[in-house]
Amino acid sequence: MLRIDSLSKRYPTGDMALKGVTLEVPDGQVMALIGPSGAGKSTLIRCINRLVEPTSGNVWLNQVNLTRLNTRELRQARRKIGMIFQEYALVERLTVMENILSGQLGYVNFWQSWFRKFPQATLDEAFRLLDRVGLSEFPDKRADALSGGQRQRVGIARALLQNPELLLVDEPTASLDPKTSRQIMRLINELASERGLSVIINIHDVPLAQMFAQRIVGLRFGQVVYDGPPNRLTPSVLNEIYGEEDWNASGPAQDAEESEAVSVAAH
Amino acid sequence: MAQATIPSGRKWSPPPLIKNPWVRWGLILGAVIYLIFAVSTLNFDPARVARGMQRSGRLLLAFLHPDFTTRGNLIFTGMMESVTMAAISTVAGFIVAVPVGFGAARNLVPMPIYLFCRGLIALSRTFQEVIIAILFVVMFGFGPFAGVLTLTFGSLGFFSKLLAEDIEEIDAVQVEAIRSTGASWLQMVSYAVVPQVLPRMIGLTLYRFDINIREAAILGIVGAGGIGSTLNTSLRRYDYDTASAIILVIITLVMVVELTSGWIRKRVQ
Repeated sequence: MLRIDSLSKRYPTGDMALKGVTLEVPDGQVMALIGPSGAGKSTLIRCINRLVEPTSGNVWLNQVNLTRLNTRELRQARRKIGMIFQEYALVERLTVMENILSGQLGYVNFWQSWFRKFPQATLDEAFRLLDRVGLSEFPDKRADALSGGQRQRVGIARALLQNPELLLVDEPTASLDPKTSRQIMRLINELASERGLSVIINIHDVPLAQMFAQRIVGLRFGQVVYDGPPNRLTPSVLNEIYGEEDWNASGPAQDAEESEAVSVAAH
Repeated sequence: MAQATIPSGRKWSPPPLIKNPWVRWGLILGAVIYLIFAVSTLNFDPARVARGMQRSGRLLLAFLHPDFTTRGNLIFTGMMESVTMAAISTVAGFIVAVPVGFGAARNLVPMPIYLFCRGLIALSRTFQEVIIAILFVVMFGFGPFAGVLTLTFGSLGFFSKLLAEDIEEIDAVQVEAIRSTGASWLQMVSYAVVPQVLPRMIGLTLYRFDINIREAAILGIVGAGGIGSTLNTSLRRYDYDTASAIILVIITLVMVVELTSGWIRKRVQ
């Protein structure tokens, strides 16, 4: 269980990215975090594993207050928090296997990792995950030789090799085509339910979020403005999260004034 | 029809680099005046140039009959000494430069370490190699040891500055990803930073070997060992035939090393 308690972040530039966010994510829940660019979604998940230091507030993962840990304790806590990134964030010049194994860095000492001597149990698990995400053919391919969807699968395997309790997912599909996006979201969902993981997914694509998440949290200007099930995301709620827009329009985009004129004419 | 209200035929030119026309033309005028004065202080004396042309003519004529054999032994040992100096100092320079380079990357270390390492680099880069060589020759006597120290010191500044700059430009997200797994600082460096800068490290090493070969040929002139000493001696004895042979050997060596290192650097990407 993850408990975020009045978390705030002020950047050195003075921007208040988060203004007292309070949230609870129970075990096994997949929660989607939506909101316009700059709403603080990225900051929020980075404040959980402290890639970004929060200014005030607390984050509890099970019995541990993450915001109070020293460097060493933080490293140990991070092992339990897997992270998946927008542009995959694979180390491009390392092989697929090296990228996946880096998920275990928190468990081995420096020389073991330097000489790539990971315990056999870790290797077994890595090969199993590689097979699970459908990449058993390419353990020794360099990461920059993979396609976008394949890279994100490596990113997922890396996060899972940490054997995490919580998964932080930052815009996993923003650089992928629609089909691959769905496959990746489905994979994340399946793996989460297989392992009973709590998942927080930052995502721009609202329909995709509604399709795969059990719960949606809308963030605007660093504050929670919606927290509820996917099916209650009505146009008026979306207006509140993103600002005015015609949410039912499909087909070629129209000029706002023009579409208003059309609807007036129709009446 | 919003377009109709904007008249056509409006001129456009890119905005000037310096907005204020007084400042702009003032700077141009100032630069021209300075150049005129600078050229007028050169004391160009045609008669002296004519005499110099004669002397250099004799040296250039010697290139038509370079003498490799009379002092062949000296040329060979001098050359070997230069190459050895360059090789040792490249390796030694690399070894000391790697920690300094990582320490001088603002995105990896806290401020005090950064400032210390940047200071070391600045110190190494302040002085030209020949000046450092003179200092080391005074401290440790004539010979290749002073030369090796000079080149190592020079390589340190070169390597670590370029390495640090390269590290500061790496993809930060890859570092974030490794940090988020709970990796230690050393693990983060070895998994997220080294892979990103490794090709550049290899390239820089070869490039610096190039430079060290060239520098090693010069350092002998101030007594720091290598082929430069041999060249200096032959010039002082007006033995232009041997001197031209040495210069030809240096040119060949530098070109061979440059071509090889360029070829290898292209392969490592």
